[in-house]
Amino acid sequence: MAKLTTSLLIGTALFTAACAKKPPAVIPPPPGQSVVDPNAGQPSIAPGSRADFERSVTSNTVNFALDSFSLDDRARAILDSQAQWLTRYPNVPVSLEGHCDERGTREYNLALGDRRALAAKNYLAARGVAPGRISTISYGKERPIALGSDEASWAQNRRAVTIVLN
Amino acid sequence: MTRFAWIAGLALIAVPVAAAPVAAQTVPAPAPAADQQAAPAPGQAPPALEVSVTGGVSAPMPIAIPAMPTNAVISTPAGTTDDLGRKLSEIITSDLKGSGLFQPLSPAQLRSVIFPEVTAPAFDYWNGTGAQALVQGFIRANGDGSLTVGCYLYDVFSKIELARQGFVVPPADWRRAGHKCADMVYTRLTGEGPYFDSRIVYVSETGPKAKRIKRLAIMDQDGANHRFLTNGQSIVLTPRFAPNQQSIVYMSYVNDRPAIYVYDIGSGRQRLVVQNENLTFAPRFSPDGRYILFSMAVGGNTDIYRVAATGGAAQRLTTSPGIDTGGSYSPDGSKIVFESDRSGGQQLYVMNADGSNQRRISHGGGRYATPEWSPRGDLIAFTKLAGDFKIAVMTPSGDNERILTNGWQDEQPTWSPNGRVLMFFRSSGGGNGRADLWSVDLTGVNVRRVPTVLDGSDPAWGPLRP
Repeated sequence: MAKLTTSLLIGTALFTAACAKKPPAVIPPPPGQSVVDPNAGQPSIAPGSRADFERSVTSNTVNFALDSFSLDDRARAILDSQAQWLTRYPNVPVSLEGHCDERGTREYNLALGDRRALAAKNYLAARGVAPGRISTISYGKERPIALGSDEASWAQNRRAVTIVLN
Repeated sequence: MTRFAWIAGLALIAVPVAAAPVAAQTVPAPAPAADQQAAPAPGQAPPALEVSVTGGVSAPMPIAIPAMPTNAVISTPAGTTDDLGRKLSEIITSDLKGSGLFQPLSPAQLRSVIFPEVTAPAFDYWNGTGAQALVQGFIRANGDGSLTVGCYLYDVFSKIELARQGFVVPPADWRRAGHKCADMVYTRLTGEGPYFDSRIVYVSETGPKAKRIKRLAIMDQDGANHRFLTNGQSIVLTPRFAPNQQSIVYMSYVNDRPAIYVYDIGSGRQRLVVQNENLTFAPRFSPDGRYILFSMAVGGNTDIYRVAATGGAAQRLTTSPGIDTGGSYSPDGSKIVFESDRSGGQQLYVMNADGSNQRRISHGGGRYATPEWSPRGDLIAFTKLAGDFKIAVMTPSGDNERILTNGWQDEQPTWSPNGRVLMFFRSSGGGNGRADLWSVDLTGVNVRRVPTVLDGSDPAWGPLRP
């Protein structure tokens, strides 16, 4: 659990950086978090690692419309970049996490999160990533990343996140 | 919790339902003062005193519940008998007041009752308080370490006894005697079934919204005897009692593998029910405890399955493309109500227990989710989604839909054992959003917060305790 959470936080930081509408002003990272900075070009990042994946792809996260598990153009472009990287490292397993916003009931959202993870998995498989490398897990509405109860937050929480398992 | 016995009431015989009575002793009323107050003959004309339960219209019935005296002040593991006598009357007061149907007198209006007076009430005094009903009782420590609690209900105006029961309990279960007494009073005066002597299993929540710590917890219906069952390392969701209350079925993310487990309350052991690569969730016991209904997502299609409670091969009950989930058995086990988005959005459907004859019952605007069949069989409670979430009920044929609550997000109703009260969880929005347990009367009044140690969600009301 601890391991997963760490990766989630890293993913979150990256997602936020990658998806911000305005070009982010270059702000020095807060003390103690420099390891998260994807642009630091740390020579220590091993090819094929989670950190390598997260600095190489457009985003580790795709988002969905309300009560939907359809992949739009932007989501497909993100998954294309993920598929490229995954094709380059054919032995790396990944987990796809499906999430929902808080506006659905708990059990329905577990099923919806599963559909979102599966939609992303099927797309990656269609792009040549062996399905056996991709496990899925649904968190329903249990693990939001944006905490507000507003459309901007809900849009961020409706997501499928690709986590490199190594 | 096995050593709880009904003992024969004297005038009104309580049918003994306990499987293993501790001691089949008859409990005499406390030594009455010289002349026994006229005991009601069973054949007597029924008194007119009763509480209207159609709801809303009539005012709560004024009722007097003085502290229960003891024959001798004795120290027990639960406290001294005189102190327990006071607390028992407080439990009965809290239960009856909480139902919304009674208005207990304030402590200042009560008088001290001495032991012999229990069966010979000072009716003239109580009549002057405005109380229509009077609950008196006594507590006595027995030589074997158990406690006897006598419970008597009187009609103040007619000056007659309406009901009496005695309970023998181990000291650890002393509160249950109070709940049983309150159940006797409630049942006799409302005509509704009992529900105070029951427990809640739910998910205790704490921590930031993005990383809630969720623990399985169990408590009495009034929040007492709270106990955590899991340590919070894994997310736990949607617990339900087994009908025999010996175990709890729930969903957990143990080792990041969401799956269905059964928790044995006696041993504290947990057992995986369905061994499967797919997502399995939404577990429910059948009324006879032999089966567990659950949902499984296979290739993006979620259907409802049934498996023996002991495990084994699962039987698929629904096949439609879409999300079928949230099943709940009718009390006789012959039917299942569930939700499905096969028509586009979540709606309620009823099918036979073998999956045949599926038909949609909800037709209003918005979405319908988390159906729960009333233990009385007459209604189905559910979450109505129309922007906000509301708790609502309808008949099993889909008629007479009624919205009962008005929160921002009120989700997942669960029925009291008598089918009269609904508990649910209410969430608040925003970064500091939290969830708490609430209850509402079937008529939509008496919306109350249920006390919990931390925040709470996913309540499931257990059956009446034997």
